[in-house]
Amino acid sequence: MSLNAYLILSTLLFCIGLFGVIRRKNLLMLFFSTEIMLNAVNVGLAAISKFHGDLTGQMFAFFIVAIAASEVAIGLGLLILWYKKTGTIDLDSMQRLKG
Amino acid sequence: MFEVVAFYLFATLTVVMFCITVFTNNALYALSSLAAGMIFISAFFFLLDAEFLGAVQIVVYTGAVMALYAFGMMFFDSLSLVKEKIKNPRLVFLLSGLIALLIVIIFVSPIIGQNVQANLPIHPEWGNTQDVGVVLFTKYLIPFEVAAIMLLVAMVGGIILAGKRMNTSYTQLSENQIEEQKEDL
Repeated sequence: MSLNAYLILSTLLFCIGLFGVIRRKNLLMLFFSTEIMLNAVNVGLAAISKFHGDLTGQMFAFFIVAIAASEVAIGLGLLILWYKKTGTIDLDSMQRLKG
Repeated sequence: MFEVVAFYLFATLTVVMFCITVFTNNALYALSSLAAGMIFISAFFFLLDAEFLGAVQIVVYTGAVMALYAFGMMFFDSLSLVKEKIKNPRLVFLLSGLIALLIVIIFVSPIIGQNVQANLPIHPEWGNTQDVGVVLFTKYLIPFEVAAIMLLVAMVGGIILAGKRMNTSYTQLSENQIEEQKEDL
């Protein structure tokens, strides 16, 4: 397989995630879509790492995994707090956060 | 031959699973198909000789992150269907334009990086895990420590945020008492 095949797959997965971010109004589904986007980027980085014979791509993928894990911990905590407060995790319920 | 078959098989499976995640209205289906997609993604890492990254993908993403989401979904009513409607078509139009621009940039960018020199070359005789360990603990030691502190802070923050007012059980309160609790917040 060539590098382009992996990059095209990575772009496809990234666009699925981006489409989910646009379409979804439920905050939990929005989180799922961001996970898809992060995974798509990881595939692209690993492919570039292999085809250039360079380990930097894999290192960046590790740090992306670490950032994704901490994002889930904080985001889910905030989401639970918001759900306890308002009883919904709809994105529109955050409209009054506007200044 | 094996690689081509594996690539196309896993590419199809991953795209189908992530499409289910994005398009379904059931939160439980979305969670399960996302976990399956994560497992299939790890197959690409094994195909790309990044065995350590593949193991991390299975353990961290499918093990830890998905378990955290499943735990979080216990707080929400996950069995009811998600109702969504988008009122602002102009925003969708703008964001579709942004996606198109992004795709063009992604496909053009390999031309810029044509003559790249390997900064941290791969040693095939060492194997992937040893190679990653050597680079992680020499060149990337400080980012590694920073990531460790960041994970610790995120863990403490997540516990504090989710654990607030855990001592009151909403299932044992009457409707009026819950309303009073909400006003107190």
